Amino acid sequence: MKIERREFLKLGAAVAVGLGGGLTLDVLTKTKPAAAETRTDVAGTRVSSKALHAKRWAMVVDASKFKTEEDFRRVKEACVKAHNIPDFGPDSKHQIKWIWEEPFERTFYGVDDPYLPEAIKKENFPVMCNHCENPPCVRVCPTQATFKRPDGIVGMDYHRCIGCRFCMAACPFGARSFNFVDPRPYIKDINPDFPTRTKGVVEKCNFCMERLDQGLMPVCVEASNGALVFGDLDDPTSDVRKILDTHYAIRRKPELGTGPSVFYLVGGGGAGA
Amino acid sequence: MIYGGKKIFAGLFIFVVLLISPFLANIGKADAQPNPSLNTPAINALATKQCVGSQQFMRTYHMQLLNQWRDQALRHGEYTYVNSQGQKFTISLENTCLKCHSNEQQFCNTCHTYVGVTPYCWECHQKGATQ
Repeated sequence: MKIERREFLKLGAAVAVGLGGGLTLDVLTKTKPAAAETRTDVAGTRVSSKALHAKRWAMVVDASKFKTEEDFRRVKEACVKAHNIPDFGPDSKHQIKWIWEEPFERTFYGVDDPYLPEAIKKENFPVMCNHCENPPCVRVCPTQATFKRPDGIVGMDYHRCIGCRFCMAACPFGARSFNFVDPRPYIKDINPDFPTRTKGVVEKCNFCMERLDQGLMPVCVEASNGALVFGDLDDPTSDVRKILDTHYAIRRKPELGTGPSVFYLVGGGGAGA
Repeated sequence: MIYGGKKIFAGLFIFVVLLISPFLANIGKADAQPNPSLNTPAINALATKQCVGSQQFMRTYHMQLLNQWRDQALRHGEYTYVNSQGQKFTISLENTCLKCHSNEQQFCNTCHTYVGVTPYCWECHQKGATQ
């Protein structure tokens, strides 16, 4: 049987579509998420199956509950202790900061309405890494040492950090600190269960990713007596969403479009929790 | 005949002897193999002395395994390692590896010194954590 040119082309097209379709289907089935992993432990192994999971971790700061020095100190010290953060003294240029306090005009820069209540303008606010939805630090990192995880946490891989400090320049919140000197001698109370950092790397708040895996809330949240609330921004039933649904919360520098995951309840009666 | 041949050959001989002197000095001596010590309180307390992998696997591939652990835990948030036997372990250098292997000098360094590598794990990770 002789095949005409037109027939041949039609046949060819059909075969191509068939192959392509087959491939597409294959890809579709392969990219399907694997069936939920059973987290049952084999006897005698040491694995926590309580790990907390989220689509996007977020925090709500109830500023009305950060009034006294003690409120800030409790939270900061819990973080310092858990993460082996060195203490170079308050005025040192080597300061390492994971969670710290800033006055109103530095926390909410640009919100300088002259008719804001004086009380609010005089307040201090706890600030930390915002774990942005669109983190500029991740975009500029030349070695992918900093990255955004599937659960929304912006993490740091200190092994890959070359200390170029592009991320510090890119972060609009000043949430990153550089280790100009070996931090070990300056850690007052060393926590043996968490690594220290080394000279020449940038570090920042990690939303306690190591604790979330053990089913624990971040240390600052635990130490805050309810002033900090942590949860999944993607889950309408989570604690943070419940607060955000019923209260007016603001974020730092929203005009930059980084999409911070830390929300502040300012000036009101707080979450009333 | 080479001009000054005796001197040249004598010099060459001395040179070659110097060159292979380390080998000559060690002729007949047993090769001192590194002998990493498992004598730590945490390991002695174990009922079955079993690492996350077999001894042969850990000796050959612990560096690749550690890199894999680092990326898995840090970047993907998966802190559970399943070994070839199906056993599960928490991924943590501090809390899974070094709680048992708390003797850096007698365990890690014996081989690292022998093969002449100086990994910088200890600049951040804490050796022998809670001993």
